[in-house]
Amino acid sequence: MHEILTVARKEFRDGLRNRWVLATTVMFALFALGLAYFGAAASGKVGFTSLDTTIVSLASLAIFVIPLIALLLAYDSVVGEEELGTLLLLLSYPLSRTQLLAGKFLGHATVLTVSSILGFGVAALLIAVLTGDVGSSKLWQAFGAFILSATLLGWVFIALAYLVSVVVSEKSRAAGLALIVWFVFVLVFDLALLGMLVATQGAVGEEYFPYLLLLNPTDVFRLTNLAGFEAVQAYSGLVSTASAKLFHPAVLFGVLLLWVVAPFGLASWLFNRREA
Amino acid sequence: MSYAIDLDGASKEYGRVTALHGLTLKIPQGEVLGLLGHNGAGKTTTIKLILGLIAPSKGQVEVFGCEPYTKGSRALRTQWGYLPENVSFYNQLTGREVLDFFARLKRVSVREREALLERVGLEEAADRRVKTYSKGMRQRLGLAQALLGHPRLLMLDEPTVGLDPIAVRDFFTTVDELRRQGTTVILSSHVLPGIEQHIDRVAILRSGSLQAVGTLDELRRQAGLPLKISARGKWPKGFWDVRLREQGIAQYRVNGTSLEVDSPLDTKLDVMRLLLSDDCVNDLEVQLPSLESLYVHYNAEQRQEASHA
Repeated sequence: MHEILTVARKEFRDGLRNRWVLATTVMFALFALGLAYFGAAASGKVGFTSLDTTIVSLASLAIFVIPLIALLLAYDSVVGEEELGTLLLLLSYPLSRTQLLAGKFLGHATVLTVSSILGFGVAALLIAVLTGDVGSSKLWQAFGAFILSATLLGWVFIALAYLVSVVVSEKSRAAGLALIVWFVFVLVFDLALLGMLVATQGAVGEEYFPYLLLLNPTDVFRLTNLAGFEAVQAYSGLVSTASAKLFHPAVLFGVLLLWVVAPFGLASWLFNRREA
Repeated sequence: MSYAIDLDGASKEYGRVTALHGLTLKIPQGEVLGLLGHNGAGKTTTIKLILGLIAPSKGQVEVFGCEPYTKGSRALRTQWGYLPENVSFYNQLTGREVLDFFARLKRVSVREREALLERVGLEEAADRRVKTYSKGMRQRLGLAQALLGHPRLLMLDEPTVGLDPIAVRDFFTTVDELRRQGTTVILSSHVLPGIEQHIDRVAILRSGSLQAVGTLDELRRQAGLPLKISARGKWPKGFWDVRLREQGIAQYRVNGTSLEVDSPLDTKLDVMRLLLSDDCVNDLEVQLPSLESLYVHYNAEQRQEASHA
């Protein structure tokens, strides 16, 4: 554990120095406030509107932004150290490769977690104060669940970034591959699924369609945040309220967690297998 | 006798490329070994094998009696220090933070960390970010990192590249100190000048094969390279021609007041006696074949064999 904490500490310190923590915190806060204020602009008015609209539009934006930030934060974790010459050095130290990767994960995950709690938390507080809703448990519950799922989504893409970082041998390729990962999970997957439904006129996959959504962590994230909201219909894309209600929130969080563990495990396994 | 490092027929293949051909090299504890070779000769592969970063394709590697590539090598890892070639460290952290990170991983105390910063002369720059460091400063930080925890074995890959002459001298002072303390040191390098008096033995690698290993004297004898004896003085023209030929020496150059004789090791004294037998010589200098000429010799030998084949 000492080794993991040492590596995590160094990664977190790097995150502070690179202004990653600051930049993402500010960005999250601005997004949340902006969407809360302008979220209802389409209906012809500005100002803080319903909590449902805010959370749903925040979730829609987070799906694009959080995976991108997580991938950018972590894509060079292994391949970058390799190019610096420090990877060989670290591997000659008394720590295992799994410990090294776990330490990095802990550090990067802390960067994202701190940023989302601070960024979205401050935004929630401001919204509560400005709307005079500080006592509203609904607001805190909704934001709490949102922050938790957003953090988990970030962790998923940190783990995927390690997978990218372990399989390539050059930093530039890692960057390219990370973008492809983002593209696939954020855009291509849903389009492909939709295409399949339309092409087969719903004959294929209607019953297990909701389950197919679990194969994409961004859809799982969407499901966790859309379940139980009235304003969903307009924003939900592929996710219908029906499929959202199919899964208990705990199950969805479990699936997200699985989406963290599986790529991390695979990355760690590949990292242990390869030669330095 | 047990060795600090025992490589027995160790080979390493990457796909079809053989990076190392059956290397057998035994290094006793406390020895300072110069591992020489061109880029791509197999120096770094050898170091990686010793550090257990790669497994040998064939043969055996043992360090302090353990196989470094196995899971049980963790205890081994606290006993060695390693300075990789071209390491640039974490730009955003300060020198002290970088050293602190490595010291924690090796469970080395803060006091020792500070002492090392001082030892490599970085205490004043310790709170500056590494990105502002010169190549030489990074290299010194790397050395401090390698010395953490008083290692019994030090592996230094191209340690003097990019260092200014004073830093090189300081570096070798450190190596001499470690040698006195009984540390086993492997110095991998292709930069030769100045290394001679700091090493016990030399191993020369070429294209993944060991060309020669031994002390400088052993290699000189083995290579049979002539030594150079130069004399200064005043003598009539043609004075030396007869005398030297009588002794069967054909390799010499006379140039006015100076004479240079290439002599095999075993006729050294004969030549010197001859030169000293006459009053006209007023200065005499003997130059042993340098490490550089040995290095060139062992690399050239291979090239000739290759062109014959």
